[in-house]
Amino acid sequence: MKQISRWFQRNLIRVYAVFAFTYLFIPVAYTFAFSFNDSGKSNLVWKGFTLSNWQNPCGAPEVCTALGNSIKIGFLATLFSTILGTMIAFALGRHKFKGRSTTNLLIFLPMATPEIVLGASLLSLFLVFQINPGFWPTVIAHVLFCMSFVVVTVKARIASLDPRLEQAAMDLYANERETFRRVTLPLVAPGIAAAALLAFSLSFDDFIITNFNSGTMTTFPKFVYTSAARGIPAQANVIGSAMFFLALAIVIIGQFVGRKRKVS
Amino acid sequence: MKKISTPYLLLIPGMGFLFTFFLLPLINLAQTSTQTPVGGGDTGQYEQTLRFANYIDAFVENKEQFGRSFLYATIATILALAIAYPLAYAIAFKGGKYKNIMLVLVVAPFFTSFLLRTIAWKQILGEEGFVVPTLRTFGIISESTTLTSSAFAVVAGMTYNFLPFMTLPLYASIDRIDPRTLEASGDLYANGFTTFRKVTLPLSMPGVVAGTLLTFIPAAGDYVNAAILGSPQTKMLGNVIESRYFKIVDYPTAAVLSFTLMAAILILVTVYVRKAGTEELV
Amino acid sequence: MSDIAKSARGDLKLSNITKSYGDFTAVNDLSLVIPEGSFFALLGPSGCGKTTTLRMIAGLEEPTKGTISLGATDITDTKPYQRPINTVFQNYALFPHLTIFENIAFGLRRRGIKDVDDAVNKALDLVELPHLAQRKPTQLSGGQQQRIALARAIVNRPALLLLDEPLGALDLKLRRQMQIELKWIQREVGITFVHVTHDQEEAMTMADTIAVMNEGQIEQMGSPADLYDNPETAFVANFLGQSNLIKGTVTGNDGANQIVDLFGQKISLQKDRSHGVDSSIYAGIRPEKFRISRLETQTHGNILTGGKVEDVSYIGVSTQYQVLMPWGQELMVFEQNDDGVAPFSVGEPVNISWEPIFTFGLRGDEDAEAGTEVNPDEDLDEE
Repeated sequence: MKQISRWFQRNLIRVYAVFAFTYLFIPVAYTFAFSFNDSGKSNLVWKGFTLSNWQNPCGAPEVCTALGNSIKIGFLATLFSTILGTMIAFALGRHKFKGRSTTNLLIFLPMATPEIVLGASLLSLFLVFQINPGFWPTVIAHVLFCMSFVVVTVKARIASLDPRLEQAAMDLYANERETFRRVTLPLVAPGIAAAALLAFSLSFDDFIITNFNSGTMTTFPKFVYTSAARGIPAQANVIGSAMFFLALAIVIIGQFVGRKRKVS
Repeated sequence: MKKISTPYLLLIPGMGFLFTFFLLPLINLAQTSTQTPVGGGDTGQYEQTLRFANYIDAFVENKEQFGRSFLYATIATILALAIAYPLAYAIAFKGGKYKNIMLVLVVAPFFTSFLLRTIAWKQILGEEGFVVPTLRTFGIISESTTLTSSAFAVVAGMTYNFLPFMTLPLYASIDRIDPRTLEASGDLYANGFTTFRKVTLPLSMPGVVAGTLLTFIPAAGDYVNAAILGSPQTKMLGNVIESRYFKIVDYPTAAVLSFTLMAAILILVTVYVRKAGTEELV
Repeated sequence: MSDIAKSARGDLKLSNITKSYGDFTAVNDLSLVIPEGSFFALLGPSGCGKTTTLRMIAGLEEPTKGTISLGATDITDTKPYQRPINTVFQNYALFPHLTIFENIAFGLRRRGIKDVDDAVNKALDLVELPHLAQRKPTQLSGGQQQRIALARAIVNRPALLLLDEPLGALDLKLRRQMQIELKWIQREVGITFVHVTHDQEEAMTMADTIAVMNEGQIEQMGSPADLYDNPETAFVANFLGQSNLIKGTVTGNDGANQIVDLFGQKISLQKDRSHGVDSSIYAGIRPEKFRISRLETQTHGNILTGGKVEDVSYIGVSTQYQVLMPWGQELMVFEQNDDGVAPFSVGEPVNISWEPIFTFGLRGDEDAEAGTEVNPDEDLDEE
């Protein structure tokens, strides 16, 4: 008995971690499991195992339209927010100028604002100018809230860059443009990539802001929400699970590549 | 060696965007909040009357939802802290070479759509799931209690959904603690609990502050969890704002509520951060 | 302008260089000539301005006042990439995303040289690391990175090579080895080396000329022997090696020597080794020049009596004594253990003597403690 209690004392926190991870994955496992449900229209009760959902992920009406919109918006929002955000990050991270702390604050504010306020205020603006909510207003909204995250991510990467590397480049006859091109940019690139990935996942998964600014256009999260009442088609589960595995794969591969670079 | 004009060139596109699509809308929102319906006009038509009483009206009418939003957000934040702290601690101190994988696993559920996860909880905790019948069989809950459509479910959903936001900053802070300071504490006669109280916790405060902020702020404005896992009795401020835009068209009230929510959060955050005394979070 | 700058050659001349950051002056009206082809060391404690001076030579900092010229060309306003000067940075600053080969080739490529293979391989041979060409910097040890940083700079055949405490992060044995190698490479290649360090042993081992810097100014400049044997200020006397400084008064002359009274005892000091301006003076003697002897032993030269041994430290090569003199000062004596004589013990009364020619004289108003507080592990980043 004493052995067991001693083992517990030392490993209590590990045991806890296992439980915590299980808790984290329960809904994911559930979603994955029910993607195999032979459900027809309403995926509420388990009816039987089938692969048909995976074989025909676009079978339910609107699922793939919604997914397509989400991907298109995600891509555009990532593109613009990454470019704009990286530019701001460089300005903040590499230059001293008046109004620097005000700019920092302004970048931080969207992250501290509840999504509902961001979405609602944008909608109000669009209404004033009589712009109908839809695809492009949604893209604009996504660029808005992604930009701050891009700035923070890239700025952190720039901060960890040893300024002496750029000095060494200039010492070795590279002018400012060449230094940026050959030393600064390649070294900041992983940060920019991480920021882009973050922006895409934030955009793809966004619901609240999208809900306010998309009008009749559906995105994947919106589709799930509106079909919740009558039961989400299993195809949505398929797509959700697929996204999960895809993202997991990207991150794990990223880890491997990073590790390989260090030990060769 | 750096030209002075470059930072401004870099900033203009992005900051211009922020100004147009963040500041301007907020100003517009402020401006809408003091409007009143045009007498005899159609729904959706308002005129600027600088009616600051709108704020009082809205607050009085919705004080229940106000209170509920902040209550639920606080409870969810505390719960998330309680769940995430030991987890972050486990990863930081017991993770070893699996640290990075464990971090990925914390964030991974995030990759499934947040809506799918929340709805999954709804079904797991619902009548057809396995949790409720099991609890009923063991007599833990009575035949008539349901877990969904309840405050319990809403808070549980919120806690779950914001866990990664709490765990990651906590981990970052705890990971920075030099394990030798904990050894020193033990060497100086402190037992496990005292070491935690006097050494670990204070050293991890920056992470606690960051995590609680990153959890509380979105939680206070959330309405999805309340919509999916709750009932009319669990309506949060977010639900009210949403309905004032899409169901009962009442833009001034919606604007007032949005603004008040944002102001309340900003005040709480400022007070909290100053009290906790940490440096920049950005 | 840039083309002319790139081909400049000759002595490096700093004229009245000042560098201030707000109220803080890092370098104060410094003037210096570094002869072409020499191995020059800038020596001083952390914060003395030596790294700032180096960076101004490289072009990485702009002087607040003053000019810098290389030979006949004024390079004060030129950018780093316009100067034929290369730097070996303190932390090596190798580009982590490029191979060793590309790191070394970097400067050549920026100058428009297409065929780099030959030069790069020669540089790798010079530092004896040809097999590392395709590795990345993170895969190399500290010592290897340091040599590659050197190769990367030398391959460009600059007029001047600047080294910013390049050996600081290496362990003792490796550091000694690199000191010798660097000296050899400098002679092989014939480029002017300017080496910044806080380690006086390192400076003395490697350099032809040393400039000792303190608080933004040069205290004294000369060959290692000149600086060691004949320091002009207390700072130099204490920073390079160790010194015994005894307060005294000049009471008279004896031909080419001054007679100095040290607390009632008289010693002699050569006039041309005395830097005092009036009768108040500090007599300086290096500890290894002292001879310690028992009261009954016959001694000659300058003699101080009345000492009592306070501490004995045996260090293998030598034994170090602290001897308390009647006026309350403890003198340091280093005796080489080369004669089999039994060491002195604590409490023994002894005499101290030395050859008069080894005495040096400093101004009486000097701070006798200047240069003694040196922490070799100071923050490496002094700007």
